[in-house]
Amino acid sequence: MESQSQVLEGLRTAFESGVTIPEKFRRTQLTNLMSMIKDNEEQIVNALHKDLTKPKFEAILSEVDIVMNELHYALSNLTSWMQPEYVSKNLATKLDDCFVRREPLGVVLIIGPWNYPMQLLILPMIGAIAAGNCVVIKPSEVSAATDNLITELMPKYLSKDCYAVVRGGPKETQALLKNRFDHIFYTGSQAVARVVLQAAAVHLTPVTLELGGKCPCLIYGRVNATAAAHRLVWAKFFNAGQSCVAPDYVLCSKATRDALVPALRQVLEDFYGSDIQKSPDMSRIVTAKHWTRLMGLLNRTKGKVVVGGEHDEKDRYIAPTVVVDVAEDDALMEEEIFGPILPILTIESLEESIKLTKRKEKPLAFYVFSDESSVVKKVLENSSSGGFCSNDGIVHMALPGLPFGGVGNSGFGHYHGHWGFEAFSHRRAVMLRGWALEKLNALRYPPYSDEKLSWLRWTTSPKSCSIM
Amino acid sequence: MSREQQAVARARKAFETGRSKSVEYRINQLKSLQRLFSERQKEIAAAIKKDLNKTEVGAQFYETLGLEGEISLFIKNLKEWAAPRHVKKNLLTMSDTVYIHPEPLGVVLVIGAWNYPWAVTIRPLIGAIAAGNAAVVKPSEVCVHTSKVMEDLLPIYIDKELYPVVTGGVPETQELLRQKFDHIFYTGNSTVGKVIMEAAAKHLTPVTLELGGKSPCYIDKNCDISIACRRITWGKYSNCGQTCIAPDYILCEPSIQNRVIEEVKKCIKEFYTDNPKTCPDYGRIINQRHFKRVMAMLEDSNIAVGGENDESDCYIAPTVLRDVKPEAKVMQEEIFGPLLPILPVSGLDEAIKLINKGEKPLALYVFSPDNKVIERMRDETSSGGFLANDCLVHYSVSALPFGGVGNSGIGCYHGKFSFDRLSHLRGCLVKKLKMEGVNDMRYPPHTLKKLGWARFFILSTVDVGWVGRMALLAALVVVAAVVIQNYLL
Repeated sequence: MESQSQVLEGLRTAFESGVTIPEKFRRTQLTNLMSMIKDNEEQIVNALHKDLTKPKFEAILSEVDIVMNELHYALSNLTSWMQPEYVSKNLATKLDDCFVRREPLGVVLIIGPWNYPMQLLILPMIGAIAAGNCVVIKPSEVSAATDNLITELMPKYLSKDCYAVVRGGPKETQALLKNRFDHIFYTGSQAVARVVLQAAAVHLTPVTLELGGKCPCLIYGRVNATAAAHRLVWAKFFNAGQSCVAPDYVLCSKATRDALVPALRQVLEDFYGSDIQKSPDMSRIVTAKHWTRLMGLLNRTKGKVVVGGEHDEKDRYIAPTVVVDVAEDDALMEEEIFGPILPILTIESLEESIKLTKRKEKPLAFYVFSDESSVVKKVLENSSSGGFCSNDGIVHMALPGLPFGGVGNSGFGHYHGHWGFEAFSHRRAVMLRGWALEKLNALRYPPYSDEKLSWLRWTTSPKSCSIM
Repeated sequence: MSREQQAVARARKAFETGRSKSVEYRINQLKSLQRLFSERQKEIAAAIKKDLNKTEVGAQFYETLGLEGEISLFIKNLKEWAAPRHVKKNLLTMSDTVYIHPEPLGVVLVIGAWNYPWAVTIRPLIGAIAAGNAAVVKPSEVCVHTSKVMEDLLPIYIDKELYPVVTGGVPETQELLRQKFDHIFYTGNSTVGKVIMEAAAKHLTPVTLELGGKSPCYIDKNCDISIACRRITWGKYSNCGQTCIAPDYILCEPSIQNRVIEEVKKCIKEFYTDNPKTCPDYGRIINQRHFKRVMAMLEDSNIAVGGENDESDCYIAPTVLRDVKPEAKVMQEEIFGPLLPILPVSGLDEAIKLINKGEKPLALYVFSPDNKVIERMRDETSSGGFLANDCLVHYSVSALPFGGVGNSGIGCYHGKFSFDRLSHLRGCLVKKLKMEGVNDMRYPPHTLKKLGWARFFILSTVDVGWVGRMALLAALVVVAAVVIQNYLL
């Protein structure tokens, strides 16, 4: 069994051999990754069910198809992404070749979380492979069945020289972080992110952090409560609320709340039936520890449970729960919930709601439900978050054209689509000058004079190139 | 509250008023900054002369010329850069609005360096202002006179609450680093870079680090050595070698070493006269500490040209070292001074090997008439930027990203890159509550039929013209509504 350093040394040697550079190699690896997913779809779905009791539908949509989509997108666009990007020049450099070249960084590390263990590990990996790097992936040990499956499948489909899976818990991860990487991509919590950043600082390693936060959901103005309820329920209780972009809490007026709660109740029954625990379409909490954490929040809340509240420790089940009359300092407002509990805070004015969200850390996503575009505009322009979505939840992250990432406490850097390719590339500025026009160069050599300076100002100004 | 805490708190309060949000406001601040340079050249030049012994023309050329160009570029393009950027959609989001919304980060900390104090301190500030941020400016205390001028002049021209100047040394910088910023932009060396990153880790603050390294310069024996050496001499001895992208050392075959030395010697005389000490266009080492550091590097190498020095004046003559070995003192760290070592190598292969043994530098230079040589050098090495057949000038092309990789830094800037680097590019999806029927396929209870439809709609990305889009949309809506009503449910 190879040690971590042996594995990394092997990857570095492979990278330095230049094998990952040619487009053909990257295409082959991405195509093989596609086969890995296609050939093993059933096993993937089963592993996810074992880890999170993930319904097949959710597993397909959020763990299989989104990965396949990203692979298709990368394969369609890889050639153009790899092309040099020519840039505009000034007069002094008109005859030169100036372009930006995307180059691989080297050996990169991707640390995955447990809530979407396939998607959040493989999606960044696609960007890293497309960009020509060697990759170490560290799946979450918490989602053990998926961890096992990835470890078994990866070496069967991808080059063993260039891509490795390293397993283990916090101790192994800390040891791994002592090594030098050319980029570290981490998805998870703020606490661990600080540890990752400190380890990266030692080697001046650039980092991408995909963290979380409390994603607010503001509902104001004229709103179709039934449609809003459908989308809100879907986004909130998908994966039993264990999504970094799940709407965490709702802010609305009393009247809206009174229209919303019965709509939520109805939608929950439409989706999951009257005995939700028996529905095959509802996930479970990932571990006993998280179940206890969530029940703790529910027990400490000073709000009123109006929907749900049922729970079953053995089954790690918590019913989709709605809590009203929640105040800003409630237990449910302390940390990211990451579970199927939806607090509703009653705040009459939109302005006051916006002010409340400004008192909290910047979240990964920000939601607003309203039929009035002025309300949507006001919220967009008076908030800051990783991403923004009006009148729906989660789906904005399925668009490969949008950069997916946080800001402030929700992280920095982004990926998806060509953003993933860029995250793992070095944009090298390349300038190829000719030998001619040495006389023009003389303007810049000492002895310096005012006359030379004026000529130089003209030739190097951006205005002068518009004359040409 | 310490002075630093107060400045940061005031900047954050000023940011929260929202006045830097409007593009007009930002452009006005940039226009005021422009006026600072057109009105105060004399004071700026006088301070630079005292700090680095640059002439007024030299100061303009190397420092303020670039900044004035950058400000003009920003004023011209800011409206476009700050506007929402539309992106491709998939079939499911066809009727929605999807775009990237550039937004300010908040309060940015800009830590400047001493070698081109105006260029490396103000250029990031321009990006910060343009992106709508507040910015705390911390000039380098090493260039004493220039930081005083910055402290005096900036508040007169630009918003002094949004963009405070905080001067000071190590303790003041450490106090600043204890505060929470939304981005830290640092120009300097890798040792301090690590300290900055560690401080930033506590607040999960993203950083841009513009560091340095030993930028290699390979001279192919078949090139026009006379022209190559002119360009290299200019690149090396400008600012007395104290440039992060100066050609640090030369690699060439032994057969041309003497010719290179001869040509460089000729150019030194042409640019800086027989006695560079009295030439107004030749600079000085910034202070005695750095003087001693650079002089110590001469110990175990052969001086081919120059070597004269005067500690009291921080003067070191333009110097060339010959037959230098990779183990020599001068090859152990970035020189950042007017010493040009020549390391003889057997050819391109050995040069590439030697370069790859070291850390990735900020710039890499190759002089050759042969494109194959240039391409090999480029393909088999890594560096922040790459320039063939000249030195430094890639810095002046605003459309090229300027930044390092590995030990030479994180992130890049200049022009639009500065704007994007100091912005948050927020992904936005604006939907309506209509067309709920189409959403039905994703809701539980889940059926295989619904799954099939969902897969179809989500998996295709479409990129058609507006008319095509509208036609397709209309057709789709009808089809979807009919199918879903009649067949799926």
